[in-house]
Amino acid sequence: MAYPDHLEALNKAFSGIGVDENSLISIVANSNHEHKKSFRKGCSKLFIEDQNGFERMDQSIIKNLKLEFKRFRDAVVLSLLHPWERDARLIEKAMKKGQKHYDVIVEIACTRSSNELLGARKAYHSLFHHSVEEHLATHVKGCERKLLVALVSAYRYEGPKVNEDVVKSEAEILSNAIKNADKRKPIEDEDTIMILATRSKPHLKAVYEHYNKICDKSLTEILDAGLSVDGDEESKRAVTRVIVTQREALVKEGYAPNKIQGILTGHYKDFILGSLAREEMNKPL
Amino acid sequence: MATLKVPAHVPAPSEDAEQLRKAFEGWGTNEKLIIDILAHRNAAQRNSIRKAYGEAYGEDLLTSLDKELSSDFERAVLLFTLDPAERDAFLANEATKRLTSSNWVLMEIACTRSSYELFNVRKAYHARYKKSLEEDVAHHTTGEYRKLLVPLVSAFRYEGEEVNMTLAKSEAKILRDKISDKHYSDEEVIRIVTTRSKAQLNATLNHYNSAFGNAINKDLKADPKDEFLKLLRAVIKCLTVPEKYFEKVLRQAINKLGTDERALTRVVTTRAEVDMVRIKEAYQRRNSVPLEKAVAGDTSGDHERMLLALIGAGDV
Repeated sequence: MAYPDHLEALNKAFSGIGVDENSLISIVANSNHEHKKSFRKGCSKLFIEDQNGFERMDQSIIKNLKLEFKRFRDAVVLSLLHPWERDARLIEKAMKKGQKHYDVIVEIACTRSSNELLGARKAYHSLFHHSVEEHLATHVKGCERKLLVALVSAYRYEGPKVNEDVVKSEAEILSNAIKNADKRKPIEDEDTIMILATRSKPHLKAVYEHYNKICDKSLTEILDAGLSVDGDEESKRAVTRVIVTQREALVKEGYAPNKIQGILTGHYKDFILGSLAREEMNKPL
Repeated sequence: MATLKVPAHVPAPSEDAEQLRKAFEGWGTNEKLIIDILAHRNAAQRNSIRKAYGEAYGEDLLTSLDKELSSDFERAVLLFTLDPAERDAFLANEATKRLTSSNWVLMEIACTRSSYELFNVRKAYHARYKKSLEEDVAHHTTGEYRKLLVPLVSAFRYEGEEVNMTLAKSEAKILRDKISDKHYSDEEVIRIVTTRSKAQLNATLNHYNSAFGNAINKDLKADPKDEFLKLLRAVIKCLTVPEKYFEKVLRQAINKLGTDERALTRVVTTRAEVDMVRIKEAYQRRNSVPLEKAVAGDTSGDHERMLLALIGAGDV
């Protein structure tokens, strides 16, 4: 019996991000009792020898497998949902999960256009029977509350007009707020919140340029952090979310999905690559 | 319910536009004709007239009105002719440029309009002023006023009737505790007042009354001179019983020595198509005098005629 080959293939099917559904079908579905026993004995990644005389799959492994199988489903659903519903659900989930996930809320509030953000707020009404700012204000107890509520409530002007004098004075305000960070957290400073949460994006760009600050990670950086098998679950989820929701921006930025080939696997990989390829086709020549 | 009276058979917008043009021609202006038309058309009809006028004469109707009319009468006609969202955007922008009493106008707009109406105001504000409403409000207010007003104008409250009674109880307690400690601009107070749906807030305040023996506004009167408290009480009134709030504004505008024309004009032009009927009822109840009589007694000329037409006095 060519078990060693199958064993290797099986291990491979479970490595990477996502699972190789096709391999699993061809190997596991065609295995008999003996085959499976030898898999269990040979696959120390998944099974350990239990003192009661059987090969046990650890609970944490079962949990991890669940996550890997889910990736394809999540990518498809996220992709299918109306953007408003998608964003409303993402915000609600992030809010419930707690502080470590607030970056998702910031991401959505800041990368969507004014009308897209409003759409998400409307969808939130329909889905959760409360306004998003109401839930945020209730669930976020820490110092991030004011900033998050303000960010999500914004309806920024979208024109290019920028007032240079205001830009300069606001860059100063931000710089002072950061200098005084030991006395008072910048994200709790009223003026900082006002600037970040109400000014138009062209205005903020000018403020940042004036301040000369290196700000948020580029999209590429976020993705690279997630594209590692040893990365944490949240970074991996960010891969799905960022690729599905920011396809256009990624392709514009010239993102080359080389890393994805090697690390993602199965239907999940095909779906993600397919989404990016579709977006490539939309690019003007 | 609206007091605006529109005739059963409304002329085509182009006809109305022509009549208005005639009203402007020659020496002087036919103010009666202007009132007869503009004070008897709803928002959609007024928009059509503006469009037709612009197409026929190459000038915005509002510009012509501005040239021909003056003072309070002009303000009343201009305000009423504007589409409601534009009108509120205009009033809000004016308020951000004026002194502190203008916080009331911002609060009034933020709290008495529906979520969608308030959103349309923000959209109209973008179009007209190339800025966001919240950015201007934030820039022109400070301290506790900013803490209160920015979230108020940014709110997109849920509009359903669902109410959570457990939440109502717990939030009534939070409000009571903060008020007892005199922490009127505490984050929790602001949060409850600026994010909860109107139905939920109503339930919370009702529970407050039952549990603590008096309405919240009574407790908020602790310091009669505190301007912030006055504003906060008005916020609560606007969110729960707007017609009572407007009745008070009208009463104070009329009783004031010389009459506060701006407040009077603002309330009449902004509520004629919304809930002026209820405001009139509240006025009669509180002052034992019909609103029409009070307005007539305190204003004169074309301004008086315009206001009376909008509150439904006289024929169509």
